[in-house]
Amino acid sequence: MFEISKEPIEIQAVIDKVVQREAGAITTFIGTVRELTHGKKTLYLIYEAYEAMAVKKLEQIGQEIEERWPGAKVAISHRVGRLDITDIAVVIAVSTPHRADAYEANRYAIERIKEIVPIWKKEHWEDGEEWVGNQLETVAYPTGKPEEGDLNE
Amino acid sequence: MNKVMFFAHLRDAAGIDSITVDAAGKTVAELKAELAQKYDLPKMDTVMAAINEEFSSNEETINEGDVIAFIPPVSGG
Repeated sequence: MFEISKEPIEIQAVIDKVVQREAGAITTFIGTVRELTHGKKTLYLIYEAYEAMAVKKLEQIGQEIEERWPGAKVAISHRVGRLDITDIAVVIAVSTPHRADAYEANRYAIERIKEIVPIWKKEHWEDGEEWVGNQLETVAYPTGKPEEGDLNE
Repeated sequence: MNKVMFFAHLRDAAGIDSITVDAAGKTVAELKAELAQKYDLPKMDTVMAAINEEFSSNEETINEGDVIAFIPPVSGG
């Protein structure tokens, strides 16, 4: 259900993992590599993970979702390695009995990934490269829920 | 002995994926300060630590055999 992938992610395979008879909705989130960030042109990204821990943290997110949205089923695949513009970096699929929960729980999953899962991206631009920290430049100790400010990036 | 793992900008700065040190009895903060100086590691105030693949506080004491990882601010997704 939760994996770090060195190969391109197959979207349908992630969706298939959350199919259940009790579900009335499946939402998918597909994170892709954006070319322009604040006007600066990205050439490509390198994603790196502390794989063993990253899988555990993805599993934790799945457990948190199942506790908050009973009946939810979650699958997450995150890519590592070199990704070009428009490539898929992450796929999250959530199924729930009712659609509102599927949207909410999926949103929760991506925000939590950005807080607690040990994955990093290195941006490569025309004029250099840099490991990107979290957008808030804060130390996100991983006990709490997403802060309000985290939900907008 | 203890394996200490570096990721992202810390690995670039240290020039190595992981090292082996004797950190038993030290706190995470003590080890962090020691290695920051030895390897001239930048931005260590924003770096979290994990012991055996679980986030730890700075005050936690390291035991023999624990695997330590320094976790810069994450940027997955």
